[in-house]
Parts: sequence; C-alpha cells; structure tokens
Amino acid sequence: MSENVWIAGGGVICGIGQNLAQCLDAFEKMQPGMGTMRHLHSVHAQTFPVVEVKADNNELAQRAGLPAHLSRTALLSMIAAKEAWDSTGLGDIAQYRAGFVSANTVGGMDKTEHFFEAFVEDNSKGRLREVVHHECGSITELVADAMGIRHHVSTISTACSSGANALMYGARMISNGLLDVVIAGGTDALTRFTLNGFNTLMILDQQKCRPFDDTRTGLNLGEGAGYVVLVADRLAEKIKPWCRLSGFANANDAYHQTASSPDGTGNYLAMQGALQMSGLQPADIGYINLHGTGTQNNDSSEGLAIVRLFEKDYPPVSSTKSFTGHTLGASGGIEAVLSACALKEGIIYPNAQFATQMKELPFSPVTAFSRGHALQHVMSNSFGFGGNCSSLVFSKQ
Amino acid sequence: MKPQAYIQGTGAVSAQDSNVFPGTIREYESIRLPVADPDYKQWIDIKQIRRMGRVIKMGVAASHISLQHAGITMPDAIIMGTAYGCLADTGVFLNKLVTQKEDMLTPTAFIQSTHNTVGGQIALLLGCHAYNNTFVHGAFSLENALQDSLLFLLEQPSRKVLAGAVDEITDYSHAILSRFGLYKSAPVKNTALLQSRTAGTVAGEGAAFFVLAKEKDVQSQAELTGLEMLYKPRSAQETAMRLEQFLQRHGLQAQDIDLLITGRNGDVKEDAYYETIESGSFAGKPVAAFKHLCGEYPTAAAFAMWMATGMLRDQQVPSAAMFKGAAPAAVKRILIWNHQHTTHHSFILLSAC
Repeated sequence: MSENVWIAGGGVICGIGQNLAQCLDAFEKMQPGMGTMRHLHSVHAQTFPVVEVKADNNELAQRAGLPAHLSRTALLSMIAAKEAWDSTGLGDIAQYRAGFVSANTVGGMDKTEHFFEAFVEDNSKGRLREVVHHECGSITELVADAMGIRHHVSTISTACSSGANALMYGARMISNGLLDVVIAGGTDALTRFTLNGFNTLMILDQQKCRPFDDTRTGLNLGEGAGYVVLVADRLAEKIKPWCRLSGFANANDAYHQTASSPDGTGNYLAMQGALQMSGLQPADIGYINLHGTGTQNNDSSEGLAIVRLFEKDYPPVSSTKSFTGHTLGASGGIEAVLSACALKEGIIYPNAQFATQMKELPFSPVTAFSRGHALQHVMSNSFGFGGNCSSLVFSKQ
Repeated sequence: MKPQAYIQGTGAVSAQDSNVFPGTIREYESIRLPVADPDYKQWIDIKQIRRMGRVIKMGVAASHISLQHAGITMPDAIIMGTAYGCLADTGVFLNKLVTQKEDMLTPTAFIQSTHNTVGGQIALLLGCHAYNNTFVHGAFSLENALQDSLLFLLEQPSRKVLAGAVDEITDYSHAILSRFGLYKSAPVKNTALLQSRTAGTVAGEGAAFFVLAKEKDVQSQAELTGLEMLYKPRSAQETAMRLEQFLQRHGLQAQDIDLLITGRNGDVKEDAYYETIESGSFAGKPVAAFKHLCGEYPTAAAFAMWMATGMLRDQQVPSAAMFKGAAPAAVKRILIWNHQHTTHHSFILLSAC
C-alpha cells in the first residue's frame, strides 16, 4: 500500500446502545442486550431471544432524519454513519472526495417479506414502495444520499464477514489515493428471513448465547450498524486519529457453504495474512475481538486456528457477540469500531455468559471489563458463510 | 504503477452462445432473454448440478471457461459482483416463510440465498483458499469487483484474479420489475429492440468472468486500461465532462476511440441520454450496442466487456453488434459506457495488446 490508512472516528448502534458511549457503558456494567423481540414480528418470538435495537422505526427515523417507511437497515445505517463522521471533527463532508462502503446481507428484506404476503397470493398485489429498496446497494445509496456522499458508493455482501471486507476495500481506495475519506462498515436489521434461515440450520440458542463456552449451543441474532472513517496520512495529521488499520486479509475456507472446516483453515489464513501485512508477530497482538458466534462449529474452528497461529502467546480474547448478538453484515463494522476504540481507550471487553472451559482449547475468554491497558495492536475476526474469512489488525501507531 | 491489468481469459454464459462471439446471433421475440444454458456437466458434477441454483451454475460455468482460456487452474483471488444475488433461492425461502407461516422450513434455499453463494461455490469447487469478495451494488457491482481486482493487483502484481459478475431473472423478480414499468408492454424481436423507440426494455441475465493479471504475456487478450463509476451526475453535461476527463487521464480524446459500445436498451428515454453525448463528443464514431444480445440487467456491462475482449483479441467486430456507422476493420481502443436509469454510469476502457 502506498499510504497509511488511519481510523479517524467511528459510530455504532446495536442492541446494547444507540451510540458508542452507551455501548461501552453496557460492557462496563456487564449488560448483554438479549431479550424477547418487541419490534420484529415472528412466530418464534417466545422461543428465541434476540438483541434488538431498543427503538421502533419511528424513533429511529427521527434520529436518522429519514422517512419511517424505509427499511430499518437503512435507518440503523444512517445513525451509525452519522455518528462515525461527526466523531472525526473533519467538518463538512462535501469538501472531500468521500466514499461510502457499506455491507449488508439482506438489503431491504424487512420490507420485502411484508410485501410478499400480498404478492404470493396475487402477483399484482403488494405495495411497490416496500420492494423498491430491496437490493443491498439501494440501502447504501439511501444513506449516502442523505449524508451528501457522491464520489463513491459500494456495497459488499459476504455474509458474516461483510463489514470487515468493507473496511478492506475502503482502505485500498484510501491508500491508493482514489478518495480522501471513506465511511466503511456494515448494517443489518433483524428480519424473519434471517431468523428463520438460521433456525433451519439449528444454530440459534434459546438461551443467551455462550461464545467460547464448552456448553454453547448456538448464536443469538442481533441487529445494528457500525462504521469507521478511514483517512490517509494527510488528513490524519490534522486530527487525532484513533489508530491505524495496519493489516487485513481475506481468505476462503473452501470447505462448506455454511460450516467452517474443523481446523479453521480459512480463519488461520485470514489471521496470518493480516499479521503479515501489518509486519507483526503473533506475540505483538494485545487483544483479539473474536468472531465468537457461540455455535459449536465456529468457536471450535476459530479457537483451534488461534492455537495454531499463536501457539503459547495467547492474548486476551473475547466475543462481544455475547452482548450484541450476531449482527451479520453489521458485525464486522461494529467490531471494527469496538476494536479501534479498545486500542484508543486501552479497554478489553468482557465475554459474557462464559462459565465452562472448552475442552479442545488451552485458553479461555476474558470475563471482566477492564481499562488501562497499553494496547499496541488489536485483531478483529469475522468469519462466515461461503467460507469467507476476514481479519483486521489495528495498531496504535 | 497504474491500476490496469491484462485480460488473460474470459468466459460468459448469456442469451448468446458461450463460445467465441459468433457471426450469427440468437434471435428472440420476448420481453425476457434467458441464458442459452450450456451443458453444465462439463464443469460441475452431475450430483451437485441438481441441487445447485441456476445463478450458481451460470457463475461456475463462466468462471471455469475463463480459467480454461487463461490456461490456469487456480486463481489467486475471486472477486465478483451481483446486483440481485441468488434470487431463485431467496424467492423459494420467502414463499415458504410466508405461506407456511414460518413453520417447517428447510435450510437448502436459505443456504443458497446469500449473496456470496456463487463466489463461495466457485472457491469451494476449485478448493481455492485465496481472497474472495462479493460486491452487491446494483449497476456498480461488476465495476467495484473490477476496481477491487485492480487495487489487489497493485498490492500483489504477480497474482491472477478471477473477476466477474452474474445476475439471474426469476418469475418473481420479473413480475416485480415489470410492475415498475421497466419492460416493453408487448414482446419485441431482440434484433429490432434498439429501433423500437418506445418505453421499456427487455429483461436479461447472464454471467461473465475474466482472468486479470498485471503482467502481459502471450496469453493476454486485451488490456483493461481504465475504469470509472459515476454516481448520479447532475446533468448529461456533467457526464460528458467526466467521460472526457476519464479519457484524458489515459492520454486520450474521444476521437482516439475506435469503437464506442453503449448500453442502449431500447428504452426511448434512456437511449436519448446516450444519443446526446454520442452525437456530441463522439460524432462520427462507430457505435456498437449489446443489450439487444443479452437483455438489460444491472451487471450487463460484464457481457459487453466479454464481447469487447473478443473483438480486440480477434480484431473483428461482428456487424450484429453495430448500432451506428460501419464496423471498424481494426480496433485498438474500445470504450464501454453503460448507464442504468441515467443515475449509474460506468466507463470501461479496453485496449488491444
């Protein structure tokens, strides 16, 4: 890469808080966000806890400054993207060559699934307003237009690793001088489509999820959005950037469409590639924000890949999905914000609901919130369907 | 280093034949141009074919043809675009979700519904652990995949990237898009589409892939010289200016282009936008089209790029592709300019090797 890529700021909305400060507070007070669904209407409401953003679409629309009939995915996206931009102190975005790289997995599906109720009965029925923003890219454009971003818009969808790949693509455009600023991350609202989809895979926990716990039985779905703002050296000099995106890698597990290989080949390659790009050794990593979904398969594969790469130098690790749930396309973005913030503030996040050591692993996640760490390098993992595995490394300098 | 690359191999599955662009074309009289399915058994195990969604088969086939043409078996990255993703499986799962009221659902359709299914399946069938990305941004899906590929090659110049795009039509998507008024009200001959002078176009689908490399060798078929996306220009004047600046950055003027390929789709309003700029900056230049061959879909520019690569490689412009002027006898530089609904423009500049 020709230029360094810096994190100039970040914003997040998820089930434990509607901005970054609220989320940090929830981690500190050990308050995971799982609960009975109130905003999503599903027959599974009493069966599966979810981690919803605690606001209805009207409240979100008001905060976002967008019409309330739009997809919740766009509303969440706007709120987090705006927080991210405002946190940078870079002023009016119109003065920059700005890009918006946003990930999501199902676009405006929350509206489409409602449209379909009338449409399957009679294909001349159903309000077109509910499908006009079905495409993933359309969600990105609603937000880009509202933010006044027109130099670049793009959308990435690689399932659970989507948000991390958005940071990579944004970083490539920044380091090669194509753009001055990129808001990169992801968004996804809860939908019946994804809830039922994960249910058919039988990987939803009926209790609060227990990532990296030997008794784990699945994940909880969450929703939200998270974005960082990426800038090159020239703009970074004008502000106090949080940290630098020093390395990233994307690899494919090439094992199964939805399951990870037992030894976590893709996970290993992603983490190793990101370390290599940042020029670091495993022992340099001060904290890993795990993918840690809470499924048998993921945590075992990810854990064994960490064992293979880090051998005895295990840094503190935790899965913040034990608080936020798995926010799918948003997770890579949310966890990038949390990882960058960990580095800036010297925070290590706790892994909630952990009690029993996994038999196959020699390490266990951190269970208490703590501050005051002199972190130099933090890794964030995002793995998922389609074998798509991505790791990011953030560095203080 | 300039972000450019050489096209080492291409493959397409479209409404036309998958082989070298033919002198004769397939004719349709419809508002929907389905792909002319090749025999997928050439590339995919018969047991897997049955379970595989159509869009996956199209993507796998086109990617395999392009790898074959490039003479490689394993790419160092798989980067693709799809605006709609796996519509058929999404539709199946949505239908059951609604009609069965979230009960007794099965995982297959859901598993195959995610947008990265095609990219994942290509990797899985090749056993390819390399970089893998899927862009899902409407009429910028292919273009972002190409841009990511070019940036990837700047970082890793010795690598070879498999890049491309795929989109499918389903009965559901066609019914919904028809209600938005995108298509002609009555069936039209594809050979007469561009002269129809009425509202609407015909729906298309297809897959096209390219093997891209930084270094030129005997395998190189054409050069991907430059690429740009233009989002919501304020006027046709802005588009014309951006097009001019794009060419200037590559040391060129409109008159240096041997063939302009525009995304005319037979919709009277959308075609008028092309006409304004064609008759201005590109006055007197031969103009070719492609959507009468593959139909309109957000990643149709991939078909145009596949077609243009063939023209540059074979130094032959099929008359069936021509819209204005005579097919040039020799082609050095081709500019593809596509827009969707006048809001999403892409410029793809290709040169002969």
